[in-house]
Amino acid sequence: MPDIAASFALALRLIGGGDAELWGIVALSLEVSLASALLACALGLPLGALVAVRDFAGRRAVIVGLNALFGLPSVVVGLVVYLLLSRAGPLGSAGILFTPKAIVVAQTLLVVPIVAALARQFVDDAWGEYREQLLSLGVSPTRAVPTLLWDLRYSLLTVVLAGFGRAIAEVGAVMIVGGNIDGVTRVMTTTIALETSKGDLPLALALGLMLLAIVFALNGAVYAVREWSVRRHG
Amino acid sequence: MKDVPARIPGRTAIAWIAAAGIAAVALAGSPRALAEDFITVASTTSTEQSGLFKHLLPEAKKALGFDVRVVAVGTGQALDMGRRGDADVEFVHDKAAEEKFLAEGYGVQRHDVMYNDFVIVGPKADPAGAKGDDVVAALKKIAAAQAPFASRGDKSGTDAAEKRYWRQAGIEPWSSTPRPGWYRETGSGMGPTLNTAAGMNAYALADRGTWLSFQNRGDLVVLVEGDRKLFNQYGVMLVNPAKHPHVKKEMGQKFIDWLVSPRGQAAIAAYRIHGQQLFFPDARG
Amino acid sequence: MASASSLPLEARGISVRFGAVTALDHVDLVLDGMAPVAILGANGAGKSVLLRTLHGLIAPARGSVAWGGSGERPRDQAMVFQRPVLLRRSALDNVKYALAVNGVAGAQRETRACEALARVGLGHVADRAARVLSGGEQQRLALARAWALAPRLLFMDEPTASLDPAAAADVERVIGEIAAAGTAIVLTTHHLGFARRAASEIVFLHRGRVTERTPAAEFFSSPRSQEAAAYLEGELP
Repeated sequence: MPDIAASFALALRLIGGGDAELWGIVALSLEVSLASALLACALGLPLGALVAVRDFAGRRAVIVGLNALFGLPSVVVGLVVYLLLSRAGPLGSAGILFTPKAIVVAQTLLVVPIVAALARQFVDDAWGEYREQLLSLGVSPTRAVPTLLWDLRYSLLTVVLAGFGRAIAEVGAVMIVGGNIDGVTRVMTTTIALETSKGDLPLALALGLMLLAIVFALNGAVYAVREWSVRRHG
Repeated sequence: MKDVPARIPGRTAIAWIAAAGIAAVALAGSPRALAEDFITVASTTSTEQSGLFKHLLPEAKKALGFDVRVVAVGTGQALDMGRRGDADVEFVHDKAAEEKFLAEGYGVQRHDVMYNDFVIVGPKADPAGAKGDDVVAALKKIAAAQAPFASRGDKSGTDAAEKRYWRQAGIEPWSSTPRPGWYRETGSGMGPTLNTAAGMNAYALADRGTWLSFQNRGDLVVLVEGDRKLFNQYGVMLVNPAKHPHVKKEMGQKFIDWLVSPRGQAAIAAYRIHGQQLFFPDARG
Repeated sequence: MASASSLPLEARGISVRFGAVTALDHVDLVLDGMAPVAILGANGAGKSVLLRTLHGLIAPARGSVAWGGSGERPRDQAMVFQRPVLLRRSALDNVKYALAVNGVAGAQRETRACEALARVGLGHVADRAARVLSGGEQQRLALARAWALAPRLLFMDEPTASLDPAAAADVERVIGEIAAAGTAIVLTTHHLGFARRAASEIVFLHRGRVTERTPAAEFFSSPRSQEAAAYLEGELP
């Protein structure tokens, strides 16, 4: 087991140092993961809310399906997206394989089910409280979706963070569709994987600690904003 | 109760559009990713892990004026990328597989570029007595002693070479049933396989480049080297634009020409780890 | 096709069941909205269920409700619930939301919302988060929200339940103004004094059945049904 203390020290040196290449990798990780999380929420939050408030044939099957997709293996998604985006595949002429766009596509596909399933649960739990009042005001269930999403924003923030966490932690699918190209599609997780397979475990661990620190900081910031907002607005 | 048509208020619509907009902008990726002037080279993990590309590609960019993007996977996957048209140039080290690639019509022409060599690493105590400069003899001794051996087992060039040596020794441990317990296939790249070998105190076949950069050696040292059979030849090919019209053939060809040119060859020779040269340029003419 | 008006409201033979429990049992009720109606009854008599069925929130297992001759609920109704549900936004924005979903144009929303808040005495907390208001303030906000929609028919479920006497008096006054302006009022309450002052007619419910429908003045001095008499004596909870 590599010296943890040494890795911590290395991690601090890396964070403090101004290595342009390393910060480029961090920036790319944040960029693609934020983009995927936002896109997945734009798609998944309304989807989950709609499933919660509307009754339709097969609703229960959809709910079970969404929950099951939590366990979607990322390498499967990576492979499928690769086959779609490959030049030999149907979307090959878009030419986005081995670019950050491909990473965003794969990550978004992984995160949408998570966001939709969690949103569905939260909205479902709240709908009992809101339903009669909203119907009384003349709001149809479909029209209620944006209202509910906004009213439940503090709870749903947790869902967004879960989605982001899933995205930034992804390595398998990112490796397959991104190609881990130096300076182009190399993100923190794939760098850690590369350094591990090169046997440079202290560096890999240090990068891992750095990634954790960044994710912690982000979550802390979001939490602080949320607390302040609740105190202000109830 | 009659449904009200679902008119979403303006502010909400703006918020969603903003979110999608941010996502779209971010989707654009880093400026470097946007540039159109680059080629995609399919190469192998062992070459990537040796650190050669970190040294070579900036030189190439200076000489050629465009980016060379390397996707490093196993040799089998690298050639498959070429068949699918996802790469412009192939730069791998499995001559038999490369010639098959050409014969199938996926490549234009094959040029020798450089060679590096393989070594057999193993526990310092060398329980099988493999040490020396004869790889086939060493493998026979390892099999006889049933000493643990970590194999890549991933269709890579290194893996193909390893299997070749075993066959020359008259042994095929991967096809015996039951599988002998001392022969362990990791199904992964050079680095992870060495990690496994270090962890199990096993023998393994590795390319010298990965070995020189490998830091997690445990008790392993180089035991077998210098056998001519261990030389690992690299070849470069342009993916056939006749099969894949979108292939960047001009830039791809320029890169190949540079690789085999005196300047490219010198750049290859200049790459060292701990003062040792890893790759020996051998392009003809 | 919904009618333009919710009145007259005709409930015929409506029965509502929740599992094994019969909440409403063959209730017939016709309201022409000329005068405020109060629905009284003991706990569990079905007052709240009846109100929500008349408002179209509960579909009866048997029987029918028609508004202005149509089975589709028109949009000129509003309801104030016993525990109002307010959105996580300011008091003013809550009212504006109700106006927006009912098709009121932007500039008008501001004006009408401010007016509604002023009428119930909440003008000074217009920008405060609705959920941090006191119980009484929230109740008045719900009332303002319903009133801002200028409904023809207004349902109220225990409108003075959680209010202190001062706030209750305020709400009574507002309800009086709403009724005087022409809105039909149907409410439930336990406050008999309030019922006597606010309503012209009393409908008494006992275990899901209507036992009588009597002008208010008469009801409190000489109720026509035994159950109502027992209730007024304080023998029913």
